[in-house]
Amino acid sequence: MKADPRGVLTGVHFLDGDHACCEGALAAGCRCAFGYPITPSTEVVERIAQRLPTVGGVFLQMEDEIASSIAIQGAAWGGKKVLSVSSGPGISLMMEHIGLAAMTETPCVFVNVQRAGPSTGLPTLVAQADMMQARWGSHGDYEVIAICPNSPQECFDLTLHAFNLAETYRTPVMFMMDEAVGHMTERVVIPAAEQLEVVERRRPREKPSDQYALYRCEPGSRVPPMPPVGEGYRFHVTGLTHDERGYPVMNAEAQDKLVRRLVDKIRLAEPELARYEEFQVDDADVVLVAYGITSRVVQRSMRLARERGLKVGVFRPVVVWPFPERRLRELARRVKAFVVAELNLGQVVLEVERLAGGTRTVLASHAGGALHEPEAILKVVQEVLR
Amino acid sequence: MSQHVNPVEPFLRMERMPHIWCPGCGIGTVVNCFVRALLKTQVDIDKVSVVSGIGCTGRIAGYFRADSFHTTHGRSIPFATGLKMANPELSVWNFSGDGDLIAIGGNHFIHAARRNADLKVVCVNNFTYGMTGGQVAPTAPLHSLATTAPYGAFERPFNLPFLADSSGAVYVARWTTFHVRQLVKSMEEIMHKPGFCFIEVIAPCPTAYLRRNRLGDGLEAMRHYKQSSKVVHGADTRSVDIELGGPIVVGKFVDRDRPTTLEAMRDELHKSLGDKYVPYPTGVQR
Repeated sequence: MKADPRGVLTGVHFLDGDHACCEGALAAGCRCAFGYPITPSTEVVERIAQRLPTVGGVFLQMEDEIASSIAIQGAAWGGKKVLSVSSGPGISLMMEHIGLAAMTETPCVFVNVQRAGPSTGLPTLVAQADMMQARWGSHGDYEVIAICPNSPQECFDLTLHAFNLAETYRTPVMFMMDEAVGHMTERVVIPAAEQLEVVERRRPREKPSDQYALYRCEPGSRVPPMPPVGEGYRFHVTGLTHDERGYPVMNAEAQDKLVRRLVDKIRLAEPELARYEEFQVDDADVVLVAYGITSRVVQRSMRLARERGLKVGVFRPVVVWPFPERRLRELARRVKAFVVAELNLGQVVLEVERLAGGTRTVLASHAGGALHEPEAILKVVQEVLR
Repeated sequence: MSQHVNPVEPFLRMERMPHIWCPGCGIGTVVNCFVRALLKTQVDIDKVSVVSGIGCTGRIAGYFRADSFHTTHGRSIPFATGLKMANPELSVWNFSGDGDLIAIGGNHFIHAARRNADLKVVCVNNFTYGMTGGQVAPTAPLHSLATTAPYGAFERPFNLPFLADSSGAVYVARWTTFHVRQLVKSMEEIMHKPGFCFIEVIAPCPTAYLRRNRLGDGLEAMRHYKQSSKVVHGADTRSVDIELGGPIVVGKFVDRDRPTTLEAMRDELHKSLGDKYVPYPTGVQR
């Protein structure tokens, strides 16, 4: 269906990524948000606090990130599209509730404007070192969707996409910005509402009854429809292992059935979730793999390499989790090497290595606090091709 | 012969019985009183949501036939806050034990009271962590024994009515599970009262607290509640501390009015934004 025009700030704007992310959320239909200030994500909640009351929504600044990360889930069951925003230490505090959202299949978007860690680290400076935390940070087996924008325009477009995926798959979606993208100001074009497709969560077709089962999937689907609260379904939601009715069941069979479905509904959807960009990969000997802000840095490295006659291309996963693995496996069959550039000491490179199937995979690491020098990445490429 | 159905049964998920609570536990009494209050006020059960955290009391949500949420340890209040903000027409009831609500969840408790979140919060206080086997709680009376205070509790416990009162709750009462009629009446009173309403229910945990402290069984606890409770409506909440085996001051201590979070938000936004403010429902009729 089309976006609610009230939330769509149609026009050409000059926005930073944090502000554009807020506009993407409003365009997607987010009408309830809870947050807590933390650099470098504060601007997102500031704009939300300013904008939501003018579009029929509510925002509360909570007492901490733990509260924010579960208040949004109460609001999601209350019928709203919801978001919370944080960075570094705040995201660490939210982790238990990302697991709760996965377990209870609560659609919600967590925005992480990544800064350098561990711990308090470099609060105002860039990093991309939360990529594995986004995927594995809560305890137990689960899968999430994680998206990495690389421009303010994408902060708008992909935040809207993140909401659509959260509603489609009933899952937490990690919107993995970074400080550079969050604080970079560029042209952002917001289309008219009727040009924006938004997804509303699927409701049960059956009427409330004693036979209603909260987590019963329709044939062929791994995502159960989600009922509205207050309309007689009288459902039970728990973070305990549960059966189709939502009732706790404490045994290995129930655990296997539930957790396998929760993981499979994301993992097996990789073909439809995959989103990536490629540049000059057709003749490439070396493919640079990068996401978020670093995907812009490697463009320069690629040009420098091409100027030197080196056949270098770029593969940029936009949806990083689940990783677009089919495409990477295809590339692996015909390139000599992957060079993975990321603002950490080796995270997504592990996934590339896993998929590369013997194709050489080299990390161009950076501990964060600044971006890679394009020449430093070029140097790694040159060494690989030597 | 006519079929007699317990009037409480339609409100429970009978297919989940038997429940996990021990003989002599006070939590079932609280559930029973809640149902009686719902019956008396004739409230639309479809618009009632029950939210719990983790622990023995946290299991109330799972047995109650309403939209119910068994959330994470200590976080039922922020979940309930989000639920109520998103859907203000709901009557949102939060049932938590003392460890859940006041130890791990203590920060959320005081902030929800401060902002006057429109929630009904019932704390079943049995002075211990029952589900994990009797560890020391922030409500444990001085010198009481617990598995993690094997030589006696040495920290001053929280006085919950005072904590709720000083944080801004609009309704504060304390009863024991002996005071079932009074507890039902308090629940009826807050059914339609806007704002952060708090009821503490002193309840026996025969398995993990009474036995270890040689306070007898559930029945003995009832006798103690009957003999040692003193009803003082409007008592100064600073004066209602509980000592091991000592008297228990019960009653309705606070009943006042102030704007709920959503009312205060509406008024402020309307004043500042004027016509640009798109009104959001408060769920409050005054």
